Amino acid sequence: MQWETVIGLEVHVQLNTNTKIFSGSSIAFGAEPNTQASLVDLAMPGTLPVANEEAFRKAVMFGLAIDAEIGKESVFERKNYFYPDLPKGYQTTQLDKPIVIGGHVDIQVGEATKRVRIHHAHLEEDAGKSLHEDFHGMSGIDLNRAGTPLIEIVTEPDIRSADEAVAFARKLHALVSSLGICDGEMSQGSMRFDVNISVRPMGEDKLGTRTETKNLNSFRFMERCIEQEVERQIEVIEDGGSITQETRLYNGDTHTAKSMRSKEEANDYRYFPCPDLLPVHIDDDYIEQVRKLLPELPAARKARFEEQYGLSAYDAELLSDSAVSAQFFEAATAKSGDAKLSANWLMGEVSARLNAEEISLSEAPINAEQLGELILRIKDGTISSKIAKTVFDALWKGEGDVDLIIEAKGLKQVSDSGALEKIVDEVINNNAAQVENYRAADDDKKPKMLGFFVGQCMKASKGQANPQQLNKILKEKLA
Amino acid sequence: MNPSEIQKIAHLARVHISDDVAEETAKSITEVLGLVDQLQAADTDGVAPMAHPLDAVQRLRADVVTETNVREKMQSIAPATEEGLYLVPKVID
Repeated sequence: MQWETVIGLEVHVQLNTNTKIFSGSSIAFGAEPNTQASLVDLAMPGTLPVANEEAFRKAVMFGLAIDAEIGKESVFERKNYFYPDLPKGYQTTQLDKPIVIGGHVDIQVGEATKRVRIHHAHLEEDAGKSLHEDFHGMSGIDLNRAGTPLIEIVTEPDIRSADEAVAFARKLHALVSSLGICDGEMSQGSMRFDVNISVRPMGEDKLGTRTETKNLNSFRFMERCIEQEVERQIEVIEDGGSITQETRLYNGDTHTAKSMRSKEEANDYRYFPCPDLLPVHIDDDYIEQVRKLLPELPAARKARFEEQYGLSAYDAELLSDSAVSAQFFEAATAKSGDAKLSANWLMGEVSARLNAEEISLSEAPINAEQLGELILRIKDGTISSKIAKTVFDALWKGEGDVDLIIEAKGLKQVSDSGALEKIVDEVINNNAAQVENYRAADDDKKPKMLGFFVGQCMKASKGQANPQQLNKILKEKLA
Repeated sequence: MNPSEIQKIAHLARVHISDDVAEETAKSITEVLGLVDQLQAADTDGVAPMAHPLDAVQRLRADVVTETNVREKMQSIAPATEEGLYLVPKVID
């Protein structure tokens, strides 16, 4: 039977404010345990929360960026459960009146654009961290993270495969990074995904029973987790069983997921409006003010790249996705004066190197100006494209700037016609038989045969002969 | 409301209630719910639901760090700490 996968995501995005959502404690990453946990964060009796205006501003920026409605009246609720990393015994969150309602994120699926609808996004506080290493049979609790502002983004079940889920996650990551509302450091937990997965026979309208896998913090984990879970569900159903609605936990070390709790024992959170916090009202003036603060978003940037630089839709999509790659591309183009070559080098050599070394563009050992200069030297004929790869290697190893490397390694292209003619003459003298064949050959065979002589000349010049000039001289001399 | 429902709610709130008390509590809460039923009979068409009894809106705080490190003070009243962490009975979900 053909099966269809149905996926909905819940994404927790930590907002990069200075302070917590309800207290003036710093949220800087990496502080000593519990040094950023105030009386409010620790839920000491008598303390009261005061909401952070910046958290609201950033949530509204997100809402505007995905074309959503902004909740004019935003209400906080208490979600009650007991866990040691939640000192109050409830999480302050939003339920019926969230800050962001609706909206959509468009993803690229092959050649087509697909729209993933957002159900809503709400503001809430993060919990602390439990460390389960053995402290004499006890767990250690660090409450620095408790109260960090989050937006939880909930999609409609519009996603149909692991690939689409990853494309959506990457797009969202690029969006919140471009907006400057999240630092995007996934390894530090700045963005975490809960994945709701079900399967149904192809063509069926009714949704199958779903499972939820929580707290995936990398694209790769998400992809593997979805593939495994889809396979597991299909197997269970095809063996005549049925899927239990449950919460599963993915282990990134073993790449396996196991059931955490089933719906029967699921928590009953007993939500109710938080009496400590009044509703927050947001008016149109405020929304318009925030709209003015929005930076250029990936979708607009993509359109501009196509228009301004004449890039293909595919190239524009790749380069405009993140602010870092967009800046790199634009700076390299400004230096080199050639958008197409800059794009090719960035998506070719640079990207291959980054993948091989598993680092991000912001960690690359070369900068945009250096890449631009390298391209400039290809364009002005100082080096050939082939030699440029050698220069690129040296740049990557940190051997200095482009001109310095070309000079030090003697890589300058030979464009001097006297020098080139000398090489050509030598090659012609040493290959009398081939020359005769060439001259006797039909015109349509000649271009291919010329390749032999070009190769010989290149070899003789250690790859440094200017290919266009070389071709010209060879043709003349062989005529 | 029956005593077993009361015990379920008590468990969710991590409150211990003896069977006798559960019986009594079930009765009182049933009475309260009766009152709620009576309230629900009121015609509220056209009345906006109220999120808070005060007719006021939340003032927001500037995003400036105002809190200092109070770990030493707070941990001096904690039952168990180690390496700056609060220690609690082992919990794994």
